[in-house]
Amino acid sequence: MYEDLIGPFLRYGFMQRALFGSLVLSVSCAPIGVFLMLRRMSLTGDAMAHAILPGAAVGFVLFGLQIVPMTIGGLIVGLLVALGSGIVSRFTVQKEDASLAAFYLISLAVGVLLVSWKGSSVDLMHVLFGSVLALNDAALTLIVGVAVITFLALAVFWRALVAECLDPLFLRSVSRIGTPVHLIFLTLVVLNLVGGFQALGTLLSVGLMMLPAAASRFWTNEVRAMCVIAIVIAAISSVSGLLLSYHASLPSGPAIILTAGVIYAVSALVGTRGMLPTALTSRRHKTA
Amino acid sequence: MSNTCLEFRNLTLGYQGHAAVHHLSGGVQRGSLTAVVGANGSGKSTLLKGIAGILKPISGACVPGFRRLAYLAQQSELDRTFPARVIDLVSLGYWQKRGLLGRLTAADKIRLSTCLDAVGLTGFEKRPLDSLSGGQMQRALFARTMLQDADLILLDEPFNAVDARTIADLIVVIKGWVAEGRTVLCVLHDYVLVRDHFPETLLIARKPVAWGATSDVMTSENLRKARSFQEAWDEEAGWCEDDAGREGQTCGHDHHTHLPRQHKIAGHV
Repeated sequence: MYEDLIGPFLRYGFMQRALFGSLVLSVSCAPIGVFLMLRRMSLTGDAMAHAILPGAAVGFVLFGLQIVPMTIGGLIVGLLVALGSGIVSRFTVQKEDASLAAFYLISLAVGVLLVSWKGSSVDLMHVLFGSVLALNDAALTLIVGVAVITFLALAVFWRALVAECLDPLFLRSVSRIGTPVHLIFLTLVVLNLVGGFQALGTLLSVGLMMLPAAASRFWTNEVRAMCVIAIVIAAISSVSGLLLSYHASLPSGPAIILTAGVIYAVSALVGTRGMLPTALTSRRHKTA
Repeated sequence: MSNTCLEFRNLTLGYQGHAAVHHLSGGVQRGSLTAVVGANGSGKSTLLKGIAGILKPISGACVPGFRRLAYLAQQSELDRTFPARVIDLVSLGYWQKRGLLGRLTAADKIRLSTCLDAVGLTGFEKRPLDSLSGGQMQRALFARTMLQDADLILLDEPFNAVDARTIADLIVVIKGWVAEGRTVLCVLHDYVLVRDHFPETLLIARKPVAWGATSDVMTSENLRKARSFQEAWDEEAGWCEDDAGREGQTCGHDHHTHLPRQHKIAGHV
């Protein structure tokens, strides 16, 4: 038992790197996911994840499968899409969901076109689904950097993020910080997705962001606690997903996300704010 | 310091070129309590948003003579499912004083408790927002407004979906603010409340219909006038070109910064 759980991480360098990378990602992505969920932007993360593809593809076409150019490309295109859709929705009647859908669909089409033009379907699979087992030093450095930036930004802008979610009109009446904070937040989303895509691929990096966050909602009604619970769920998913992938020879990215999915399903059922406790509440009640 | 807390100079506010509040001029006296009355869509909320700086004027200006402003939007603008406690919501009232990073001092926390007590929410600090009734929510928002310590307070339909007892309690709070010398503008629909408690009234229907002492403003003739205005936008509406003429009439100031701009007139009252 001990051998099965700890052994792979002790024996193999690539497993240690995978563990380290996915744990740091968990700590960084999960709180961002919580805020995405609270701002009803859960699907925005997904759209942004698709949107970074052409940037990564340009890096890939020019430099091959290398982390630095692909990351920079993804970052630039991700920010362009986030800013573009944000600007369209702020200055026209179109809501952000529609403008974002338009931007990311264009982006995704360009991305797939670029990768299939220069690469093989194997390359496309790699970009789309990543490989946490092949994290090199550059990728790990990037992930740690993203996590540090995320935590600093969250610490500084926490109060503004909460106010912007809870009562945006109030925030606008007392401060001009609303719009900058929104843009900073979108930047953090893109940074975390870019940080995650080498490990999990563009399609699944959003999974480590949203699934633990969505699951945490079933356990608490307090933002800080939600972030902590989401981080714990993401970390558990990372460790068990890696072990599952090692022992059952499954691809690691989907294994991690699927584990998070199982935790989500269980939380939805038996979480303190989940379905069963709500349905089974006894008829006894307090008088006041 | 002048005795005017807020001055409108030919203020026109609206959305995408369509005026929602038309050519409003006049001043709000420091320490006055004014009701803003009008039908749905008459531009009341738009006016408050304009004063709060959330909406930029199409033309004209809203000249501030106040030190700090507190704006309480309609309750529906707030996300009540957000996982926050009463204390989290109320302490947002310290934003102007403490900013993004400033920590709340022990004195701040004591004052917060005092304010919660003043609105009858003692012991509600840790209650989640989604467990509050409409009246309790409004009480919490009043406590937040209190913490803002503003000299101009804007309230947008604070008594919507609130029971009589809560209204009575909150009216006491509002009168307390006025007694402290603060200026209050309050949007409301209940004419009885307006006549009983608000000395001044601004009656609008896209443009000012009457403004002054409540008994002079709330006449049946004025109210009839205020009811019959065109609520829908009219793409065919003509351009309002009387900026230059009106400015000369309404106030004798120079407007170096003001550029006359066109906006559509939806219809005439």
